[in-house]
Amino acid sequence: MQVNDVLPDLVTAKNLGLTEDEFEKIKQILGRHPNFTELSIYAVMWSEHCSYKNSIKYLKTLPRDGKKLLVAAGEENAGLIDIGDRLACAFKIESHNHPSALEPFQGAATGVGGIHRDIFTMGARPIASLNSLRFGNIETPHMQRLIKGVVSGIGHYGNCFGVPTVGGEIFFNDCYNQNILVNAMSVGIVKHGETVSATAAKPGNLVLIVGSATGKDGIHGATFASADLTEDSAEDLPAVQVGDPFQEKLLLEASLEAIAANAVDGMQDMGAAGITCSTSEMSAKAGLGMKIDLSKVPTRQKNMHAWEILLSESQERMLVVCEPGKEKILFDIYDKWDLECEIIGEVTEGPMLEFYEGNTLVAEVPAESLVLGGGAPVYDREYTSPEYLEKIKAFKTSSIPTPDDIVQTAKKVMSSPNLVSKRWIYEQYDSMVRTNTVTTNAPSDAAVSYVKGTSKAIAMTTDCNPAYVFADPFKGTMIAVSEAARNIVCSGGEPVGVTNCLNFGNPYNPEVYWQFVHAIKGMGEACRRFETPVTGGNVSFYNQSQIGNQTIPVYPTPTIGMVGILEDASNHTTLDFKNTKDIIYLLGQTQNDLGSSEYIRSIYNVEYSNCPYFNIDDEIKLHDVIKKLIKQKIVSSVHDVSDGGMLATLLESAFVNDKGFKIDTEDNIRIDVALFGESQSRAIISMSETNEARIQELLLNNNIPFTRLGVVTDGEITVNNIDFGQITDWKKTFETKIENILEHKS
Amino acid sequence: MKFGVVVFPGSNCDDDMIHVLGDVMKSEVVKVWHKDTGLPGFNTSDCIVLPGGFAYGDYLRCGALAGLSPIMSAVKDFAAKGGMVVGICNGFQVLCEAGLLPGVLLANSSQKFICKNIHLKIENNETPFTRLTSKGDVLKIPIAHAEGRYYADENILGQLEMNNQVLFRYCSPTGEVADEYNPNGASRNIAGICNEGRNVFGMMPHPERASEEILGNTDGRILFESLLNHVLESA
Repeated sequence: MQVNDVLPDLVTAKNLGLTEDEFEKIKQILGRHPNFTELSIYAVMWSEHCSYKNSIKYLKTLPRDGKKLLVAAGEENAGLIDIGDRLACAFKIESHNHPSALEPFQGAATGVGGIHRDIFTMGARPIASLNSLRFGNIETPHMQRLIKGVVSGIGHYGNCFGVPTVGGEIFFNDCYNQNILVNAMSVGIVKHGETVSATAAKPGNLVLIVGSATGKDGIHGATFASADLTEDSAEDLPAVQVGDPFQEKLLLEASLEAIAANAVDGMQDMGAAGITCSTSEMSAKAGLGMKIDLSKVPTRQKNMHAWEILLSESQERMLVVCEPGKEKILFDIYDKWDLECEIIGEVTEGPMLEFYEGNTLVAEVPAESLVLGGGAPVYDREYTSPEYLEKIKAFKTSSIPTPDDIVQTAKKVMSSPNLVSKRWIYEQYDSMVRTNTVTTNAPSDAAVSYVKGTSKAIAMTTDCNPAYVFADPFKGTMIAVSEAARNIVCSGGEPVGVTNCLNFGNPYNPEVYWQFVHAIKGMGEACRRFETPVTGGNVSFYNQSQIGNQTIPVYPTPTIGMVGILEDASNHTTLDFKNTKDIIYLLGQTQNDLGSSEYIRSIYNVEYSNCPYFNIDDEIKLHDVIKKLIKQKIVSSVHDVSDGGMLATLLESAFVNDKGFKIDTEDNIRIDVALFGESQSRAIISMSETNEARIQELLLNNNIPFTRLGVVTDGEITVNNIDFGQITDWKKTFETKIENILEHKS
Repeated sequence: MKFGVVVFPGSNCDDDMIHVLGDVMKSEVVKVWHKDTGLPGFNTSDCIVLPGGFAYGDYLRCGALAGLSPIMSAVKDFAAKGGMVVGICNGFQVLCEAGLLPGVLLANSSQKFICKNIHLKIENNETPFTRLTSKGDVLKIPIAHAEGRYYADENILGQLEMNNQVLFRYCSPTGEVADEYNPNGASRNIAGICNEGRNVFGMMPHPERASEEILGNTDGRILFESLLNHVLESA
């Protein structure tokens, strides 16, 4: 063992993010005082980001089994679901919040790169990506810089890497003013039997590093992600990694080629904590150890310290394990793609991970002691019901006056950045490369990509209305899951699995932890009802801003990424009104409820109000009847009612083909509640006159409340005989609002 | 007739092109590796396609490094003998950088990447790539690029027009060519051109993304059908 001049003390341990108890525990495990390199290894592996120490207890309560699940949740880099035809779908969502808040372009770009690596390290080829973004006030120059940076970072990486960005969502609220959220999801396809596990497999195997050379970027990135974002965080800029999508494209092709050549026995991408994380997780998974010579690692600069090589988060790298004799195949393939490929060590009986610099042992720690499920700490934090809930309970829908001028009010509500088209953003993403994306030309509630060589398609969505979750974490998270499932069902799919990205404040704040615990309970409940197991995901704590002496957590934002299957791609159902005179129905019952609506936020500045009405039994009934309608091919369009309420839904259906609508809202419901209320479990369908009788019969037989709202028109909009003008005028605001703000056009 | 689709490091529309030529058009199609120095097995009734993507990560300048890759010497020889060469998007950029087509592709006037459907007006239907279209036809085909603004000096533009080398211009859904329908600021709304010999073709829009019913757009197919028809007729 290399003896450092001075062994690190508690102050150093704390600077690395460890607690006093954790420092003691490390000394116990090793039976001696750790050196700086070893302490750094523990600090990064026991960081929140890698160890899930403050969340794992509750994550384990989520439903993790399902008949279509091919690997148990959390066992591999991403979830894997059987889609039939001997194919499987790998998918996962992950956050890159703190890097994006500091350096939006690289932060977002490397977020996209990282999540794609999680997919292809399993042997799956990514076919689609989605993203879920949360920004603060769009009117401020700081936020505009962040938005532009994030969008161009996502576009830069995904467009060059050659995977279409097919969907996503954006929500603006002041709580994200200093701490934006950037969650990226990747979906891939792999043949059964061609998947690769993140394991060291067996002793004697060779350990190789492939891809880019290792530099000093991103050192301590995982630790940085596991602390509060403060004004001083800008000094942590080296903790933000730099992405190169071109290298990742080469790494993808070379790695899939190596897997197809049967030369890979285990593979793990290098994300957070780089070589440290990949070596320890692959070793621990097989109950083995590794002997690694860090001097063999190709580096971008000379004289890097051992701990820098171990902790570097340089992008576009993989750790590959192969049986001796297969290394020649790997050398040839990675050389063909002009990538680094070096043997850096071998798999041992264990249990130790031994890191050498040439002949000098620089760190020696038991692999198992580092990892989640092994020696990493597990905490159960205390939690208390937040004080603000009192203000939420105090809200009454009856306190909101019905507006005098409903048309002007509607125009104002519909011009909220949360409701207008995100065209300015999504046109910067290539949505069509790989020629699988059905929804670029035929929009539906979920993104749909067909699977070449089969009759199937995959439906994908990300959803979470954080205002609902803030008002009621349990119910709000159930709604997030339900909306995701509803989007898939409305598109003609069957929901099959969930990945989650849990964005919360500081877990040591008991009110934040209360939000977390209740959100997980709601998610578990809803996922069990929809039979959509949670296959994996990630937790991002410490999302908050310090404003003066106050620390404001972001709204609890448990983003749901959901995947569904269309067994028959011809069942894909679009959201647009198609023919004038088609008949419009509302499915479900509007409740007398304005809680958490965009309407009361944008018109009356209401910050505290109830989570919208929701009943999961109603929701499931709605899904069942929509599935039947789609299967019988008797509906022309299906579009769910969500953010913004029914008017937003009707307008979105009308915009696509410049149609209008003439409707009468439900009896006994105030017009503003009918148009803007966000009570759940509702959808708008349109149909030809000839199918109306059959549809009515089906709805009655299934005991679903419905209202015949009216008809599709050539472009004029009429509600309760009030003239709402022409669709083209509404469309102009809808399509140009974001562009006008961000490009300072009036 | 056989198609060869060149794979540069960073090409990402190669699989899409192979899928459309092979699975949709039912033609023979093979991958050609950028490090290859020749095109054995191809004759002048065949066609080499340079697909879209980010060859060499678009480093230095789009298409600049790919234009110097070993395979491009072979592609130049092939074109000189009269073989057909088609470059789509990044492939068009490579053809310009390699000197097989005049002009250059600059950053979009918006300075942003743009992915959306646009409309193209057929300007010349007397080429192998457009022979089944009619002059004035409008095709809806998507673009996806950050550097798609075709630029050439007035002299070259004059020659292109005089020789009828402009194949497509950006236009309205009804075929009106005007600034407001120009998505990237291209000189004279030019979206695609050919060489004087009518055997090298380049275009920024992606016809391979508009060739299948399931994708909701088949306007691009007619260009591939034209190539196949040309070879059939010449045989």
